[in-house]
Amino acid sequence: MIEFNSVSKVYPDGTRAVDDFSVVIPSRKTTVFVGSSGCGKTTLLRMINRMVDPTVGTIEIDGHDIANTQPVPLRRSIGYVMQNSGLLPHRRVIDNVATVLLLTKVPKVRAYERARELLDTVGLDRSLANRYPGELSGGQQQRVGVARGLAADPNILLMDEPFGAVDPIVRADLQNETLRLQRELDKTIVFVTHDIDEAFLLGDQVLILEKGAKIAQQGTPEEILANPASEFVANFIGADRGKRRLTVNSNVASDGDDVVLIDAGGYAAGVISAPGGKLATGSASPKSRSVSNKTSQAGDA
Amino acid sequence: MSLIVQGFLWIFVPAHWTTSATSAGIGNALAQHLALSGLSLLVAGVIALPLGLYIGHTGKGRGVAIVSSNIARAIPTLGLLSILLLYLPDVPFLPSGYTPDIVVFALLAIPPLLAGSYAGLEAIDRQTIDAARAIGMTEWQILTKVEIPLGIALIIGGIRSSSLQIVATVTIAPLFTQITLGTFIADGLAQADYVKVVAGAILVAALALIIDGLFAIVQRFVVPRGVSRRPTKEKSTTARGTALAAKTGTPIQEGN
Repeated sequence: MIEFNSVSKVYPDGTRAVDDFSVVIPSRKTTVFVGSSGCGKTTLLRMINRMVDPTVGTIEIDGHDIANTQPVPLRRSIGYVMQNSGLLPHRRVIDNVATVLLLTKVPKVRAYERARELLDTVGLDRSLANRYPGELSGGQQQRVGVARGLAADPNILLMDEPFGAVDPIVRADLQNETLRLQRELDKTIVFVTHDIDEAFLLGDQVLILEKGAKIAQQGTPEEILANPASEFVANFIGADRGKRRLTVNSNVASDGDDVVLIDAGGYAAGVISAPGGKLATGSASPKSRSVSNKTSQAGDA
Repeated sequence: MSLIVQGFLWIFVPAHWTTSATSAGIGNALAQHLALSGLSLLVAGVIALPLGLYIGHTGKGRGVAIVSSNIARAIPTLGLLSILLLYLPDVPFLPSGYTPDIVVFALLAIPPLLAGSYAGLEAIDRQTIDAARAIGMTEWQILTKVEIPLGIALIIGGIRSSSLQIVATVTIAPLFTQITLGTFIADGLAQADYVKVVAGAILVAALALIIDGLFAIVQRFVVPRGVSRRPTKEKSTTARGTALAAKTGTPIQEGN
């Protein structure tokens, strides 16, 4: 559990990046900070591994104030995945993944063995182990970044817009991989993004942030969609533009019992599948991240 | 026969390679030239490299370094040398009169060394360094495992420039007691023996070229794999807004 207690960050030039922020981030769940650029979401994330120290307030991990832990050991105990992977360009893929283990004095043989296992975990072929990061595609680099983040088997994984720089198809792929990893590994993931769809897909808990890291709304994706707390939230999730407000289209008669939905703009947005319809039905328990799906999905790896 | 050809021929006369009662030999002069250059470079390196790496790593003191480097460049070498000869004492283990020469030549070598080392570190993608810190490297580990390997091309480039500058300038040391390859130029001028002058100039130029060539080779081999093969189309976010095409930058050539 990560707990922010009245945390503020004021930079020397007077900018208040974070203003009196308090939240509890539950263990073994994915919490997503979502907001526009400059809302302070990355600052919040970087406070958890002391890349940024708060000006006021405390942050506790499982009840221990992190201000009492030296930054270097703290960072080694927390996984960190960033945009553009942040891999060391002069080291091979396998060395990059093993870096944290070697820093913590894990014997070399064991570290490289674990690094190779991690390549499997994130779905990378072991033949890439001896390549250099510059020789990989953006999506592959991001996977290496995730493998590195997981190397020390941390309880907490911080992900700072990890899929912001890859194309939409690869991004969707990586998002599904993240869901799969979370099912298998049960980490406490703190994820930062400006993409509300990504937030709703990955987040067990979503925090929509305004400037100064002010919480506009906090809740499950369902709660936020059902009851946007303010005009800002409605605007941010696209409810006001009708993107997510769907109505049944009565003009098109469907073959079976399926019903076509249109959004507020009149564009076809999807189909409600009826029991006798052509399309597969969804599960009522939300999405693949639910723990109940864990066993049935474990074979994905 | 032109003076240049005569100069070359003078070099290949075996008698000119050994020291006689009337004249210094090429072998001896070359050895002393290299010793004086090497010592000066060593002194400059001990001062400038750690300082440059500190500036590059922390980003502190950059302005001061630039200003003082420019001042150092403006110092008239000959003038300073003649003053220091009067005031600086000898130090143990070094031949008499060596100290002022080393001080003056080291001073000459510091600016390119300093510039090479901090520019080498500054040219590295900030995100790479940030990531290294975020995964739990200490500042020392960031410097030794990330910054120096990635900045090494420019650091060696600085050493290359400064060694060239020293080797070329040590030529003036014979004006005050020391024997270097410049001795032939100084003696030749005094004796109106222009063949000897040209021979001395050829020797200095050849030495400078050889040393520069050696460093060029070193520079190629120290660039880590993975960096040299990096596709250049990638965008880089470099420090303090300077946009460089390659993440490691290209060597600065200056002086000489």
